[in-house]
Amino acid sequence: MSEEKDKAHVSQAELTEAQVEELRLKRQKLRSIAIAVGLVLLVVLFYVATIVRLGGNVLNRSI
Amino acid sequence: MQQGFGAGVSGGLETKKKQNQMNRPAEVLGGQPGDVGAGLAIGPGVGDFFALMKPRVMSLVIFTALVGMLAAPGSLHPVLGFIAVLSIAVGAGASGALNMWYDADIDRHMARTAARPIPRGLVTETEALTFGTVMAVTSVLTLGVLVNWVAGGLLALTIAFYVFIYTMWLKRRTPQNIVIGGASGAFPPMIGWAAVTGNVSIESIVLFLIIFMWTPPHFWALALYRCRDYERVGVPMLPVVAGLQETRRQIVIYSLLLVPVAASPAFIGLGGVVYGVTSAVLGAIFLWLAFRVYRITEGREADKAAKQLFGFSIFYLFALFAVLLGEHLAARLVPLLG
Repeated sequence: MSEEKDKAHVSQAELTEAQVEELRLKRQKLRSIAIAVGLVLLVVLFYVATIVRLGGNVLNRSI
Repeated sequence: MQQGFGAGVSGGLETKKKQNQMNRPAEVLGGQPGDVGAGLAIGPGVGDFFALMKPRVMSLVIFTALVGMLAAPGSLHPVLGFIAVLSIAVGAGASGALNMWYDADIDRHMARTAARPIPRGLVTETEALTFGTVMAVTSVLTLGVLVNWVAGGLLALTIAFYVFIYTMWLKRRTPQNIVIGGASGAFPPMIGWAAVTGNVSIESIVLFLIIFMWTPPHFWALALYRCRDYERVGVPMLPVVAGLQETRRQIVIYSLLLVPVAASPAFIGLGGVVYGVTSAVLGAIFLWLAFRVYRITEGREADKAAKQLFGFSIFYLFALFAVLLGEHLAARLVPLLG
């Protein structure tokens, strides 16, 4: 990770196009994972908060 | 004087796009037109987006919001409390990202802000705007739907105030920018309070006022030794427009107003004896440092005095809210421990 960061801060001239492409894909993958984790966390938060707010009323429904 | 600065600022805004073009390292490897710093073409990292959210400011927001929540009468389920704090933090971060998007043209010319993600070319302006907008909408909706809409509404107001009123309107037009704009930084404890109670009361207004009155002397102390930066980019901070001595005088005036406001929780039952003593002692030190800034006007000693006041002001606010937090935590925990 730190190696990637170091590479990100060296000038463009020091990286070959292949290295740049490799870094770009790696960063893109990390961003995608971060977005996925964020969305899952949001879904879990909404689910848990709904259960908490409904409390015992979850069971008080007509079937 | 102010008009002159206003005109200068308008000129600065007109040249914003040109500066972006000049600072764009390269399109060679796929940078989009108008995207500052897309030259490396590797795209931003997750950490760069986190840096956009001004993590240090966010930590203070989280802390003061937490104090507002714990000082409020009543209780909130821990899960909902966690969601409230998270939403407020993300909302504050979104404001920071939108501020960095709008101020990118001046940030790259100021020593204090030149290392931010957009000036360094790590994140494009478009990415910052998109990220900030998505985070702002998500945080407000989450707080409103899952906790309550008074808190959600206050968070929306805070973000709007910081982005539209402070960043876009006041910052580049008037030396009173941080006096009025400081309100946005003062809202978090009020939001925390509203998350628990569902309303705004006199106690939460007092918490708001403490941060509101604290902001001018805190920020002007910084502006005293950073005024050349602000002058260079045409931001009419008080030292730039009214001069250093007038700024020192205003620091003393606002400090004199701040100290009694900061002591008031002890008189309305929001703070206890420990808070009263702490606010008195720290308030006296604050005033002493403010008067030192007023007296020492020449050379490095003047900068040193301003830096000392700036550093102490951060500790001062943190300590006051920490004592409030401690008192309210103790009041809740002692009965449980028997």
